[in-house]
Amino acid sequence: MSETLLEVKGLKTWFGQDEQPFKAVDGVGFNIRRGETFALLGESGCGKSMTALSLLRLNPYPASRIVAGEVKLAGDDLLPLSEADMEKIRGRRVSMIFQEPQSSLNPVLSVGQQIAEVLQWHFKLDKQAIYERSIELLKSVGIPDPQQRIKEFPHQLSGGMKQRVMIAIALAGEPELLIADEPTTALDVTIQAQILDLLKAIQQKTGMAILLISHDLGVVAQMADHVAVMYAGQIVETASREQFFNDTQHPYTRKLFEALPSEQKREQKLTVIKGTVPPLNQDFTGCRFADRCEFAWELCQQTVPQWIDNAGHGVRCHLYDPTIDIAETKKDLRVSSSKLSEVVPTDTALLQVDRLKVHFPIKKGILQRTVGHVKAVDDISMYLRAAETVALVGESGCGKTTVGKGILQLVPVTSGRVRFQGDELTDLSDKALKAARSSLQIIFQDPYSSMNPRMTINQVIEEGMLTSSIKDPQEKQRKIDELLERVGLRPDIKHRYPHEFSGGQRQRICIARALAAEPEVIICDEPTSALDVSVQAQILNLLRDIQHEFGLSYLFITHNIAVVDYLAHRVAVMYLGRIVEQGYREEVLNSPKHPYTQALLAAVPKINAETKHQTVKLEGELPSPANPPKGCHFHQRCPHVMPVCRETYPDLTQLSRSHSVKCFLYEEDYHGSTDSN
Amino acid sequence: MSFLPVFLWTDILIYMLLAVVAAGVFYVRKRPHLVTPWKSVLKRKRGMISIMVLACYVVIGLSDSIHFRLALESGGNGTETHYATEVISLFDLAAKPLRQQVEKTYSAPFSHQLYVKEMQKAEDGSLVYDYPRLKYGASHLENPSDKRDDIQQTMLDATLLSVVLVLLVYMAHSLLASWRNKSTVLTQAGRIIKGQSAYPLQTFYLMLFLLIMVTANLIALSANYHVFGTDKVGQDVLYQALKSVRTGLVIGTVTTLVMLPLAILLGIAAGYFRGWIDDLIQYIYTTLNSIPGVLLIAAAVLILQVYMNNNPDQFATIAERADMRLLFLCIILGVTSWTGLCRILRAETLKLREAEYVLASRALGASNFSILHKHILPNLMHLVMIAVVLDFSGLVLAEAVLSYVGVGVDPSMISWGNMINSARLEMARDPVVWWSLTAAFISMFILVLAANLFADVVRDAFDPRMQGAR
Repeated sequence: MSETLLEVKGLKTWFGQDEQPFKAVDGVGFNIRRGETFALLGESGCGKSMTALSLLRLNPYPASRIVAGEVKLAGDDLLPLSEADMEKIRGRRVSMIFQEPQSSLNPVLSVGQQIAEVLQWHFKLDKQAIYERSIELLKSVGIPDPQQRIKEFPHQLSGGMKQRVMIAIALAGEPELLIADEPTTALDVTIQAQILDLLKAIQQKTGMAILLISHDLGVVAQMADHVAVMYAGQIVETASREQFFNDTQHPYTRKLFEALPSEQKREQKLTVIKGTVPPLNQDFTGCRFADRCEFAWELCQQTVPQWIDNAGHGVRCHLYDPTIDIAETKKDLRVSSSKLSEVVPTDTALLQVDRLKVHFPIKKGILQRTVGHVKAVDDISMYLRAAETVALVGESGCGKTTVGKGILQLVPVTSGRVRFQGDELTDLSDKALKAARSSLQIIFQDPYSSMNPRMTINQVIEEGMLTSSIKDPQEKQRKIDELLERVGLRPDIKHRYPHEFSGGQRQRICIARALAAEPEVIICDEPTSALDVSVQAQILNLLRDIQHEFGLSYLFITHNIAVVDYLAHRVAVMYLGRIVEQGYREEVLNSPKHPYTQALLAAVPKINAETKHQTVKLEGELPSPANPPKGCHFHQRCPHVMPVCRETYPDLTQLSRSHSVKCFLYEEDYHGSTDSN
Repeated sequence: MSFLPVFLWTDILIYMLLAVVAAGVFYVRKRPHLVTPWKSVLKRKRGMISIMVLACYVVIGLSDSIHFRLALESGGNGTETHYATEVISLFDLAAKPLRQQVEKTYSAPFSHQLYVKEMQKAEDGSLVYDYPRLKYGASHLENPSDKRDDIQQTMLDATLLSVVLVLLVYMAHSLLASWRNKSTVLTQAGRIIKGQSAYPLQTFYLMLFLLIMVTANLIALSANYHVFGTDKVGQDVLYQALKSVRTGLVIGTVTTLVMLPLAILLGIAAGYFRGWIDDLIQYIYTTLNSIPGVLLIAAAVLILQVYMNNNPDQFATIAERADMRLLFLCIILGVTSWTGLCRILRAETLKLREAEYVLASRALGASNFSILHKHILPNLMHLVMIAVVLDFSGLVLAEAVLSYVGVGVDPSMISWGNMINSARLEMARDPVVWWSLTAAFISMFILVLAANLFADVVRDAFDPRMQGAR
């Protein structure tokens, strides 16, 4: 257990040939012992993926090159090896799985062929042996009915299944080290929990080491034995899990923890890290984090901090250097409060959704006859009061985005009503709808695709003022400047194009555009899920500030429970096109009633390292909305399933004035028949 | 000297195109975000070179597009002026010696004698069967053996002249820069020569020198020699190659003018509105696509030919007839070639209409029209631009092929296609006449290459993702 498997020393991978190379990885060193899980934690762009690729010499060539360092796998130095020798290492002794299972499987080869490829490459096996081994591998990654699945093609598998196949392929070479580059980032929470469990189980069985790359503190807390934090191409802190989560040392790491939204922080603003990651094509004379650090003093700007090892807990910070006299630090940190409790929603419903249905027809044949419907949104009723935040929670594919678009009439609504300020949006003519739309705005998930790349920021925001009363061009420009300042950007950026901005800045511009229309309701469609934790904190703070200022109502569509906990007044949980549970945040999140809500909450990785109790784990995956199961949609995955669940869909049960759930467990007539409660 | 202006149809279209380009320049100038990419085109060496080469072609083409009929010398009793039946252009006027120094038949480049032997009377009165001296080519020399020295001397003079010209431009540039930046002439001159500028000035001056040198040499040499030889009827091949420039440019640009509105309007309409509009447009272009293009072109050109033969009174001059045929060729080429671009634009529009910024725009209450022209069209322009420039070179080449087949431009119109067509027989001749084909090849190749390079640079400059990633 204690034998060192991988030893990395001073690894440097630089991009570009000119005088100012981009130092993506700049002197990274760590050790991984046999059988342990080593987590590399960091925000996007800090160089963690590039480090992993460099270990296998898979870094983009000739764009980048490894200029220095030593990578020793059980004593064998990998960097001087020839490409031919390297091929014997890759997939055999070290394998890798990637973030996007969609794009890492070849769509024209069957699952079996892709596994067989690895086996043929590394072992001398005949056809029959390869087949048997492939079946065995698929079984070991928990794929049901492997004899059938082995013949299937990637498009026939769900996202979770694909990631399992990827793991099977990675395991085919019986590696000593598995590099998992954000293996669950593209997956839903419940599927993520399954995959993480699988990785752990495999590790226990085979004793291989895992290098886990992640940005998610929760995943790291759940999986890792040892943690290293990367910032701007360097490791700034490394420790065992216990040390790391109990005694965070580096200011950057602390900030990361503080930036996480949670229930406890509801009454305050989230901590943000000021500024941005410095460009990596410069020579650093001081600490790379100094410009963004609250503790920084002159020394931090002048001298590069040394690596300080304190009983296995290493950190790269002057604060912990015993040879330096720390005179002026530890400023008292004030947390600016922003009390959610001050936002008191009114009692009148501003937006009322009544039995909304959005069905997409499935067309087939030459005559394009409708053969069925995808019931993306199926009978949803909810309401939103003025100055209130309602969170719509659910996994991908459950129809929550379609709800948002359905409310805005951006997709044709099959039936149901949307009432806003007394108008039935579903009945309005196109012209009247245009006028009403400016009061209902939407912010999208991906800030990269939600702005026209060929329009300047000025034009983007100006578009938001289409229906506004301001017609004078100068007045408009003044308003644009004002909006940009409001969302925390300098007005002089307005003649630049969207691609010049980072994800967080783009999301701010999108918010400014939405605000330009002077809306009353903003539908936030996962506005922070494409962003890093520290940037997410900035956006959440901004959203909360403008809610205070303008009295906005948010319909917050998300899968991130922590964000819900921080921001929402009420919560609605969606499963396969229907709301299964709805109520005040405390009611739904602290005492969930529907088995799906319970499982969803349990699947969220907890940061708190001590509470590692296992609760309900969901089996299986979301069924297709084109062909939902008979009876309760959830019965196939439900641990408390009763005969009646297979037959009919449960009615709404009102648990309290505000809390309602759709489950037979809470219906009077059926309550007695279950023995599990 | 009085003249009667003649407005040919293609001339008018070219002026219109010029007006559109001028309006475009005026529009772009006021918008910093549009000026930047165009500046970045100029900042790249390839962009600078291709623009300078294209500019030369455009100047030739434009000067060849101002047509008129010169007044004839009246016999003194003239209350009425008569005009020549021959329509000539500004370019013809400038290249008068080239146009009028017509030999009897073929002569090789820089030759002083014909390419075919003839019976001729020698000085002593005897009949000799030999290559006769040319009427114009190298006729100023007493002794043909001096030709080499004479050519060298002329080239040297022309090159020296071009050096002087470039230096003059350089001095003017330095003066202007020093006046603008309020510094001494010398420092500015130093800066320019060291290339200390955002623009590739060294490339600019090198290219300028090359262009001026080639031009000066051609002008100087063509006064006394046939630089590219003469063709079957003794016409200067250099003159033909230069006259072909206009034909090529017209085919390349006017066809685009016909094709673009069809492709853009129908492509966007099909992709954006879907439904029966989409079905109809798809039906039209699939049908059109399945008719062989050459067949359609041949049929259309033959119909026009019949029409012109039946109504000779509508076409006063040969030039007008030839021009009508050229215009018709442009139109029919446009009609057959819009389908490809239309298909691409439809597919791209299908993708764009689902983009989140289009949804956001609809959520903001934008109308269909404003979504189409603000979001869809600008995001298609790079495809249009690539298609236009690729088509431009393709069309210039297509003209050559069609003229070769015999359904291209009028035989009386000088074009690269007709030059190549006549070269078919010349190549079969013994000894081979190679210069027509070579001249057509070189002038066509440079144009197409410059256009393709230009397309590349423009695309890079306008693609937001490419900026800074170079």
